Amino acid sequence: MTPNLHLWLIPLLPLIGCAINGLCGRRFPRQTVAAVALAFCGAAFAMALWVAIQFSSVRVPHVEFLATWIRAGNFQADFAFYLDQLSLVMLLVVTGVGFLIHIYSVGYMWEEGGFYRFFSYLNLFMFFMLTLVLANNYLLMFIGWEGVGLASYLLIGFFFLRGSAAAAGKKAFIVNRIGDFGFLIALFLLIKHFGSLNFEQLFKSISVLPGETTEAGLLTSIGFLLMVGAAGKSAQIPLYVWLPDAMEGPTPVSALIHAATMVTAGVYMVARSHVIFDRAPTALMVVAIIGTLTALFAATIGVAQTDIKKVLAYSTISQLGYMFMACGVAAYSAGIFHLVTHAFFKGLLFLAAGSVIHAVGGEQDMRHMGGLRTKIPWTFWTMTMATFAISGFPPFAGFFSKDAILWRAYSSPYGSWVYWVIGLFTAFLTAFYMFRLWFLTFFGNYRGAAEELHGHAEHAGHGAHLGREEHGHGGIHESPPIMLAPLVILAVLSVVGGWIGWPTAQGGSNYFDKFLEPALHVTAPGASAGELSESAQTQATEHSEQGAKERVFTTISVVAAGLGLLLAWLLYYRRPELPQRIADRLDGLYHAVVNKYYVDEFYAAVFVKPLVEGSSRILWHGVDQGLIDSSINSSADGAREFSDAVRHMQSGNLRSYAGWIAAGAAVVIAYMTWMGTR
Amino acid sequence: MVPLSYYLVLSGILFACGVTGFLIRRNIITIFMSIELMLNGVNLSFVAFAAHWHALSGQVFVFFVMVVAAAEAAVGLAIIIAVYRTRETLNVDRVNLLKL
Repeated sequence: MTPNLHLWLIPLLPLIGCAINGLCGRRFPRQTVAAVALAFCGAAFAMALWVAIQFSSVRVPHVEFLATWIRAGNFQADFAFYLDQLSLVMLLVVTGVGFLIHIYSVGYMWEEGGFYRFFSYLNLFMFFMLTLVLANNYLLMFIGWEGVGLASYLLIGFFFLRGSAAAAGKKAFIVNRIGDFGFLIALFLLIKHFGSLNFEQLFKSISVLPGETTEAGLLTSIGFLLMVGAAGKSAQIPLYVWLPDAMEGPTPVSALIHAATMVTAGVYMVARSHVIFDRAPTALMVVAIIGTLTALFAATIGVAQTDIKKVLAYSTISQLGYMFMACGVAAYSAGIFHLVTHAFFKGLLFLAAGSVIHAVGGEQDMRHMGGLRTKIPWTFWTMTMATFAISGFPPFAGFFSKDAILWRAYSSPYGSWVYWVIGLFTAFLTAFYMFRLWFLTFFGNYRGAAEELHGHAEHAGHGAHLGREEHGHGGIHESPPIMLAPLVILAVLSVVGGWIGWPTAQGGSNYFDKFLEPALHVTAPGASAGELSESAQTQATEHSEQGAKERVFTTISVVAAGLGLLLAWLLYYRRPELPQRIADRLDGLYHAVVNKYYVDEFYAAVFVKPLVEGSSRILWHGVDQGLIDSSINSSADGAREFSDAVRHMQSGNLRSYAGWIAAGAAVVIAYMTWMGTR
Repeated sequence: MVPLSYYLVLSGILFACGVTGFLIRRNIITIFMSIELMLNGVNLSFVAFAAHWHALSGQVFVFFVMVVAAAEAAVGLAIIIAVYRTRETLNVDRVNLLKL
């Protein structure tokens, strides 16, 4: 007998927290707001842990039915939750990292206005994200999907008085809508052809279908449209443009939503839909190509950014590209593994970056930092862990996951050496820009404005001089313990988090891969399945050879990361004047990179401007003002003219009213008399 | 036995007096009395018909009219007093603030 897991409580708890803070938080003191938010989020985390402990005694997949939601003909969608290995992993990541970031936010947002609003939104995000992760059908998942988009919009625009933040929020929301459009059409196709959106039923009916080899098949279209949705949510080419702008939000938001959890929803969705992708090699290839290109493209942009959060944003896009690359070569567990480790180290990087920004009084430009190593040692050391982790140095977490992806990109039946080479080059770039950030921020001399001159004098109101998030308190200083504690925990996870997926080639057990196997095993007939059984048979003989090859690949990728470190050290520590000379030499290319390849400008010219022009000229001035408004206005004018004519009957003179009544009565009597005599 | 038509003629005369008074007088109280006159003219024709046709419903109607008239008198006189207190006049031509 499986125990009752009460999965419904996990999303509901943050929703209660959101409601309490959102409805009454204004009257609460900050302590109460923080306590409510932390309590409900922490309770969700505790529930998730409890579920994880109970997991071994649960028959997987476990479905918890709450209520019928929609029933129309044969179609049915329920409020029901679905728990398998995949959703358990996501559950733990979302609640765990989410809880840590909640703790951090208490310290980070303490002096900001709208404290209760922030935590209400944050809890709302948790609710929707957990709904997304736990849903047992695509429709409920779509609710979570849209909901996290809403929470993301609200939080990006949290400092809504700043025009750029409001615009960034809108941009994120609208770009996400484009992706959701694809997702929705995929859902319509699923309903039309399979009559269900329920994961179990759907995957059962799909898994009997043969793999598609033609390029315009149904499953290929569905897979492609799902990928459009995933590209919107997870910031992949061509819909990645919203994520860098989303850095307008408070830094904990960037850490939670735009690095650790929400943007990985697309990866989760693709992994969840792997049954569809298994049968649609073309769609799978599209996923892999988009992922690979995004990884490379975003990494090159990240190299030239100077805003510390922008670097991390492009890094996030690049790492998400890795995850899609993994999904695209049907190495879903590797993608999810990277998702988990990425949640640790990128969450940490953002939180540490927030701590740095906090320390230097709202400054975000790395050119105005430097030498912070000794002044904020805790932040420095935790960020160091994360930097090594993301760059892929053993034994940090990122090493195992990135290496798993690179290896599978080459060795998977869907893989190719092209993916591997681009992935490797991206790994080199990743190490380069991350250590560039590291050296610029923590080494050299401090290049900031006021503090050095004033000898760290405490002077009021200096935080406002940049108009950024205000952390107005003089002097560079370490963050309070409530912000450092999550940093330390995430730093530990960034180090040890990858060990659960220690590859067998290096003497590990690769526990993570085995754990996810039941939820993600490739079910396609034909090539891949044959490959699998074949590899199972010949595993014994081939194992050592494959292992040796994998070790070589691993060595190469570590060397690439090392080269990135070395180059960054050379350019930004040893010879700080060199980057400017190189930039001058590569003038055109450098400017293209600094301006993010002019993609935003391109989109503005090709999509945004025609839309705005078209809607303002034709729809606004033409249809709305010319047609609708004018017809309404002219009828209103007619009514007014008529009333102007007849209102003089209302003279206010009692006797004239009496006269009208008498005259009316006389007319009625005359009429009746005339009728009677006829 | 007085014929029915006599009553009706008297009733018509009373009603016409009421209407005329209502239209030409300016004093609110006079107008009010004219209304009472019209009501009683109608009452007279009711009782005349009731007597003629030996039907009680006409008399019942008269009672109703009297009740309404009494209520109207109470409310109307109260309004008249209120108007006089604020406007210090009973001339209806000067009580014309509601006009445009």
